[in-house]
Amino acid sequence: MTVAVVRFGGSNCDRDAERALEHLGADAEIVWYEDGLPADTTGVVLPGGFSYGDYLRAGAMAARTPIVNEIAEAAADGVPVLGVCNGAQICAEAGLVPGAFTVNESARFQCEPVHLRVENADTPFTRAYDEGDVLELPIAHGEGRYEVRPDARDRIESEDRVLFRYCEPDGTVTEAANPNGSRENVAGVLGERASTAVLMPHPERAALPDLGGLDGQGILAGLTP
Amino acid sequence: MAAFTATVTVRLKSGVLDPEAETTQRALERLDFDLEDLRFADRYEIDLDAADGDAAAERAEAMAERLLANPTIHDYDVAIEAR
Repeated sequence: MTVAVVRFGGSNCDRDAERALEHLGADAEIVWYEDGLPADTTGVVLPGGFSYGDYLRAGAMAARTPIVNEIAEAAADGVPVLGVCNGAQICAEAGLVPGAFTVNESARFQCEPVHLRVENADTPFTRAYDEGDVLELPIAHGEGRYEVRPDARDRIESEDRVLFRYCEPDGTVTEAANPNGSRENVAGVLGERASTAVLMPHPERAALPDLGGLDGQGILAGLTP
Repeated sequence: MAAFTATVTVRLKSGVLDPEAETTQRALERLDFDLEDLRFADRYEIDLDAADGDAAAERAEAMAERLLANPTIHDYDVAIEAR
């Protein structure tokens, strides 16, 4: 029963994720990418950071390492996989979720709290919430603008695979609440299965009582027993 | 086998926002340059050996598909020269 938090060179939210998961009762373990997934892996977190210094494109290099093939196989078997920030970029680059995360509309790194509306509560990562609930989580990224081709956009909408949208505190989805220019305010999206999810905001930074805000706990609960 | 240089140019698809290009354009305008538009592209020059130009192009295209370009946001083209 191990939740593998996969560390690449340049990951920097791995310890935060491990600590938050342990706090929630998971048996979390930081796994160096070259070592592969532990045999008893019951969940996978791809944490935030700047793997490979964001060379080529954020997440591009990490997405092509052998452990990502293992993660893709685990995801296909229904093992919960959560990509956060750089982990979301890695999953998109690897094709585990549709679309791409690219340079913010502002062309700047942005570190600020945002509000998210739960669009699909029927996933392991959102079963603690109801559809329409509003969470407050921090973002910290320079490349978080979600882009998706029109055909894939139609598909994720019709298949209810948008997990979160940036919104106002009252849940209204507006352009002003979109911090980075993401298409349709998408902040998180699902893979082929609802047990594969990515988001740019950081649930692990809103999961411990002494860090202000606990809205991320429900997302991480998708990985706990 | 013959020696080739494959030049792979990767650019954003038309319609995809390019905040870095817009910022660069604004900086040029602040320097009093007059311009209509500015686009960024990444160019990779890859030296390789292949049976012929077609084989070199095929390998360079595979590199673009697998890594150099992201099909969600990029188009690319490949030019082959004998080296």
